[in-house]
Amino acid sequence: MLTKENILTLLEEVKDPEIPVLSLVDLGVITGVEISDEDHVTVNMTPTFAGCPAMDYMKKDVERTLEKHGIPNYTVNMTFDKPWDSNKLSEKGRQHLKEFGLAPPPKYDLILDLDILEHVKCPYCDSDNTDMRTPFGPTLCRSMHYCNNCKQMFEQFKPL
Amino acid sequence: MNEQAIKDLLYKLADDQLILGHRNSEWTGFGPILEEDIAFSSMAQDKIGHSLAFYTLLQELGEADPDTVAFTRNANQFHNSQLVELPNGEYDFSLIRHFLYDNAEIIRFEMLAQSSYEPITKVATKLKGEVKYHVLHANTWIKNLGTSTEEAILRLQSSLNEALPYALGMFEKSKYEQELIDAGVYAGEEAVKVEWLNRITAVIEKTDLKLPDLATIEPKFGGRYGEHTEHLQPLLDEMAEVFKIDPTAEW
Repeated sequence: MLTKENILTLLEEVKDPEIPVLSLVDLGVITGVEISDEDHVTVNMTPTFAGCPAMDYMKKDVERTLEKHGIPNYTVNMTFDKPWDSNKLSEKGRQHLKEFGLAPPPKYDLILDLDILEHVKCPYCDSDNTDMRTPFGPTLCRSMHYCNNCKQMFEQFKPL
Repeated sequence: MNEQAIKDLLYKLADDQLILGHRNSEWTGFGPILEEDIAFSSMAQDKIGHSLAFYTLLQELGEADPDTVAFTRNANQFHNSQLVELPNGEYDFSLIRHFLYDNAEIIRFEMLAQSSYEPITKVATKLKGEVKYHVLHANTWIKNLGTSTEEAILRLQSSLNEALPYALGMFEKSKYEQELIDAGVYAGEEAVKVEWLNRITAVIEKTDLKLPDLATIEPKFGGRYGEHTEHLQPLLDEMAEVFKIDPTAEW
């Protein structure tokens, strides 16, 4: 019998195409899984950034993964019902980002003050002696920073 | 709630984002420094994503699909303000426009995140976080360049004077204005304008720029009702070129 937990385990296989260490579950974009009495699987997803060109790819990847595991009846929806924010990244996901060389987004309470971008912790040497160079990086979800301690540019997964 | 009023609101939000998104994309490959090339290209991508979110809400209300709506209308069917359709000009003009526009847009999204019309509330809640980065970008550069060299200050001042009548045109009222306010859907253009003035004044006061007395400026209205400058139609023709050759093209 299919359970929500089974499906979430399967979806661990689906990675962010631009950050291949990060599963969609850890990214926090899978907002709901429902299974009907007839074993119809509904997966609800939400975009990280509304203009992210990878979202369509991720949706198709979820569909392919469900099929690969012999689930013929499914619907994958992309909705804003539970909008994504960076606090939805799991602890495991944050650790993977850091290992990948991307500073994880700092957690925040209720309202995000972008001043926290000024001294992001360097993912290479853990120094706070860093400056933001630009809030726009190689993809919509990354900003660019410079570490004054280890003298390297690094990227951060933006808090949102 | 009158559905026409909601559609009117959605069209103006979507069209502003689409047209400015397109203008921003014209900086790709031409930015004065690499970071700015990337910044304007990223904001283009965000804004076109935002327009898609609003066109999708329109589709749910029975309008045509987003590509058809974006690529097949003529200039007189667009509800964007004239500010966003003006050519990019030099970097100082694009920067000033970005500053004046995004400081208003974030207020719209903050207000719409409290809307009584739930589909808009959800989308606005999401998008306001993204526009925050656009505002941060604009305000940072205005503060840096607005206190730098004489040439930078002169250029920005001249672009500010040129853009302001169009910026005031953003706040042109809808014919459904009171209805939307009464229903708690939207706080209305006057409320946005008051808050916008506070925010841009706070930034300009930190620079050597001077905000002219807005009471002496005649706003460039008309955009919300399909009246546009000669610059919009050529933009639309270029934007829709591929779609018109092959509506099913994928890339």
